[in-house]
Formats: sequence, C-alpha cells, structure tokens
Amino acid sequence: MFEGVPLTWFLIVATLMFFIGIYGFLVRKNLITMLMSLELVLNSVNINFVAFNKLLYPQHLEGMFFTVFVIAVAAAEASVAIAIIINIYRRLVNIDVEKMEEMKY
Amino acid sequence: MTNNQIMFFIFSAVIVIFSILTVTSRRILRAATFLLFVLVSTAGLYFMLRFNFLAAIQLTLYAGGIVVLIIFSILLTSHVGAKLELPGLSKKIFAFIAAAAGATLCILTIIQYKFPETSIESGRTNIEDIGKALTNTGKFGYALPFEVISILLLAAMIGSIVIAKKRKD
Repeated sequence: MFEGVPLTWFLIVATLMFFIGIYGFLVRKNLITMLMSLELVLNSVNINFVAFNKLLYPQHLEGMFFTVFVIAVAAAEASVAIAIIINIYRRLVNIDVEKMEEMKY
Repeated sequence: MTNNQIMFFIFSAVIVIFSILTVTSRRILRAATFLLFVLVSTAGLYFMLRFNFLAAIQLTLYAGGIVVLIIFSILLTSHVGAKLELPGLSKKIFAFIAAAAGATLCILTIIQYKFPETSIESGRTNIEDIGKALTNTGKFGYALPFEVISILLLAAMIGSIVIAKKRKD
C-alpha cells in the first residue's frame, strides 16, 4: 500500500501496457511502429521494477538502478534499430516487413 | 479517495488509452505522439512514487531522446500524411486472442497472490545515495554495471553511425 494505492494496481496497469505492446508487435507491419510497440513493452517492465522497489523494499534502490540500466539499453537498441531501418529504406525504398524478401533465397 | 489515488487513476487511464491508440492509429506520426503521452505519464507515475531522479531520466531520455529519434526516422522514411494499411481481420483477431489470453492469465495471478504488507516511509530517494551506489564496488554497489552500460552505449553509437553511413560504391 503506497498512500492508498496497492501494489496490485501498478502491476495491472503494467500488464495491460505490456500486452498492448505485444498486440501491436503482432499486428503492425511497418518497422517503426513495431519499434514503438517494443518501447511500450520495455516501459511496462520499468513500471514493474519501480513499483516492486517502492512498495516491497522501500529501504533499497535495486529496482531504480535496474530501471536506469533498462532505459540505457532501450536507448542503445532504438538507435541501432533506427540506423538499420534507414539503411533498409535506402536499399529497398520501403520499410514493410512483408515486402523484405532480399535475403530469402 | 485520496489525492494519490486520483492521480494514479488519471495517469493509468492516460497510459492505457494512449497505449491502445499507439498500436491502432493509422497515421504513423500520430502514433509517435501518443507514445510520447504514454512515456510522460509513466514519468508522472515515477514522480508519484517519489523517484524524482528516475522520472527526470525518463523525461529526458525516453520522452526527449527516443521519441525525437523515432519522429526523425518517420520523417526520413515516410510521407507526413501517409496512412498505414490496415492489418487483415484474421491477423487482428489472433493477435487480440494471444494478447488477451496472456493479459487475463497475468492479471488473475497478480490478483490472487498476497503480497506482504510493508510500512513505507514516504521520503524521496536521496540523490547522494544514488551517486554513492553508482560508484561503489562493494555490496549494493553498481560500479561494474555502470561501466558495462557505458561501453554498450559507446558500441551502439559507433555501430549505428557505421550502419547508417552512406557507402561509396
């Protein structure tokens, strides 16, 4: 309980966000929108870490540091992914996953 | 109903509604803007939990850095007014079933589990403790992961420059 808000509520919000991200990852075809769904998934995991840290072990800071590291990894992942997407766009003039058949044979 | 609960409901409603809009919007630039709203209200949740430093990181790095990067790449790769084509109905239905089944399973497990009650002194996290823990090598010290993450960021930066560079051929 954090000033009237139980831990379960945080976890439910994070779960909804995670599975909305999964749905977007499955449904979308454009590479950039898939990357955006991935950001949603990473962000929901961060909410979980922070809520567990504050509501179960308020005297420690482990969850906070893990969140900082996850944010750093997400930034690295986004920059590399966007570099790859721009390179693909330069070669194929398209960033649809279903139209990328260069390496199929 | 306390103030904190009202704030939590506002933030979580914004998070859920704009997450749905992010994955269903047909205009890609609008989807990026909705993602920005989601990330900012997540920072609001962190402020609510008194993690001020973390909320500042979330605002500057996620909302300020990653979303701007995504918007840049959208502008480089597609027309501003372009609409995405709709996914097929069967694909939508199966993806929805997968996501809904996972969500119900997780939420049922979360609701049934009894978390231990802890007393919380609702002070904010001290910035001095954060600095000491990030440079400490002993117990509860994070010097090694901090260095590893800096190497990772450097490698990602060099890698993305090399990948996105124009080839001379």
